[in-house]
Amino acid sequence: MSAKTIFEKGRAGRRTEYVTPPSAPPPALSQLPASALRAKPPALPELTEGEVVRHYTGLSRKNWAVDVGFYPLGSCTMKYNARLAEQVAAWPEFFAAHPLRPGGGAQGLLRVMYETERMLSQLCGLSRFTLQPAAGAQGELCGMLLVAAYHADRGDPRKTVIVPDSAHGTNPATAALAGFKVLTCPSSEQGTVDLDALRKLVSDDLAGIMLTNPNTLGLFERDIQEVCRIVHDAGGLVYYDGANFNALVGRFRPGDMGFDVVHLNLHKTFGTPHGGGGPGAGPVGVVEKLEPYLPVPLVTEGPEGFRFEEERPKTIGRMNAFAGSVLIALRAYVYMRLLGTAGLRDVSGSAVLAANYLKERLSTVYQPSHPGRCMHEFVLSAERQKDELGVRALDIAKRLIDLGFHPPTMYFPLTVPEALMIEPTETESIETLDAFIDAMLQIEREARESPDLLHDAPHHAPVGRLDEVAAVKNLNVRWTPDSTGEGAG
Amino acid sequence: MNIRDDLKYTSTHEWLKQGADGATVGISDFAQSELTDIVFVELPEIGRQLDPGEEICALESVKAVAYVYAPVAGAIAAVNEKLRKQPELINQDPYGDGWIVRITPDESGKTADLLEAAAYKQTLETAG
Repeated sequence: MSAKTIFEKGRAGRRTEYVTPPSAPPPALSQLPASALRAKPPALPELTEGEVVRHYTGLSRKNWAVDVGFYPLGSCTMKYNARLAEQVAAWPEFFAAHPLRPGGGAQGLLRVMYETERMLSQLCGLSRFTLQPAAGAQGELCGMLLVAAYHADRGDPRKTVIVPDSAHGTNPATAALAGFKVLTCPSSEQGTVDLDALRKLVSDDLAGIMLTNPNTLGLFERDIQEVCRIVHDAGGLVYYDGANFNALVGRFRPGDMGFDVVHLNLHKTFGTPHGGGGPGAGPVGVVEKLEPYLPVPLVTEGPEGFRFEEERPKTIGRMNAFAGSVLIALRAYVYMRLLGTAGLRDVSGSAVLAANYLKERLSTVYQPSHPGRCMHEFVLSAERQKDELGVRALDIAKRLIDLGFHPPTMYFPLTVPEALMIEPTETESIETLDAFIDAMLQIEREARESPDLLHDAPHHAPVGRLDEVAAVKNLNVRWTPDSTGEGAG
Repeated sequence: MNIRDDLKYTSTHEWLKQGADGATVGISDFAQSELTDIVFVELPEIGRQLDPGEEICALESVKAVAYVYAPVAGAIAAVNEKLRKQPELINQDPYGDGWIVRITPDESGKTADLLEAAAYKQTLETAG
């Protein structure tokens, strides 16, 4: 690998004022504990400001981002992040607000949090939301801890949770972490929950079921009300994994379908930044009977304004050091206010339309996992290409990088062989969708005519195929002075 | 695809070799090639009692996590300690050095549905 770390650049003696010195003088060394004092200065790189800027700008140019191009990662909802939300989040009144500020925090920010909570409750048909969880998986954990708290409080600590076989891995992992035993429910031929199989798994030890709707295949669970009824009749609760809420927002409310507890991903459905631009945020909403267990603090409105409510005797406790990803909730607030109810309906409508357009065109050469209409995402199988041409989903994905597209989610859900899960979202133009279709059709032709082009792809990217086994077995993410040389782990 | 004739198989792709020292269990060549490079094996505790079809342990590859299921009822007598540092032995030599556990069958004699090599090969051809 030719890329150099910053430690391999620069020259002894070079200095930069790039990092502004602190405005307050540092404490005298005599005030620090002896164990904290260094024997010699740290081996920091020595570069000029220009060298630092070039290094990081160069790294940023190697990245793919939703601001660079199409990013059809199934279930991630990589929609455009509105610049207005970024601008508002940068206002010093919000940005510089300190959570420990006397008087309970800034009224403006608390009001935003309160109104965000109200809007999410309305969109989901639920009673109350917590904005605390730091992202989807922590939202799931919060939700399952609420389920556990509910049953424990009723003196009936049930131990099993049902998860469909198409579920995202975080679901059973979360249930296990929350102390439950996980039972897998098979899918029917149609790809949705098999009601007969579900009935056999239900018992009086059932704490609940975790469902995504539409499911990970992009299919709407048509029997959702029956599923909820079966679980409720057995005394269990129904949890909604909101990863796919982009298909339903503004049109269907999980509360109306029978869900008791829901997590949403602000970084998916509500257009806040993903990953490195994040953090994420996974607010959790509940029906009234689960409200007492919600984590603290909750933002409440009182005669003296908005405040953090900490005293809730049955709370499961804190999910987060402060109040969660507050500036992310702010961005989601701007997004919802910008679009309004009608705009949010357009979001789900356009998201489903875009996915069906791609599915229709791509199904001419790739095998869809299920026939008929999908919702906001769909799954293709490259099994035929693998069996007949020796070209796998991985090869197709890597070749898409050469053609200027981020690959879709691959090898998920596990129920579809050689899966490619595609979610365009509602913020792509028809030109972009058509260009993606053309690229996928080109790759299919290349699979037939010159498969080696695909096996060695990508050819035009900063890195080629990585040694994933070595990455797992010999992972090294920390530079040390003696780790330079051959590809730094 | 190497399917050894002297072993029994299950529909979940384990192989079984009955011997004086017990029932040695591993996964078939087909299974290891589907999983691709195995990077971690979570070996079970010695002495654990298993019913036929019960999960023995998990195998992790870069692609997926797969489970090994007990072909016979009994207790775990031994585990292949080499797999802790060298999980790739399962890929390299699935029937030999890549053995996973040895079970002492209990008196019940209960087993999962065991297939002869030819029948197992047949299931691989028809699955499709």
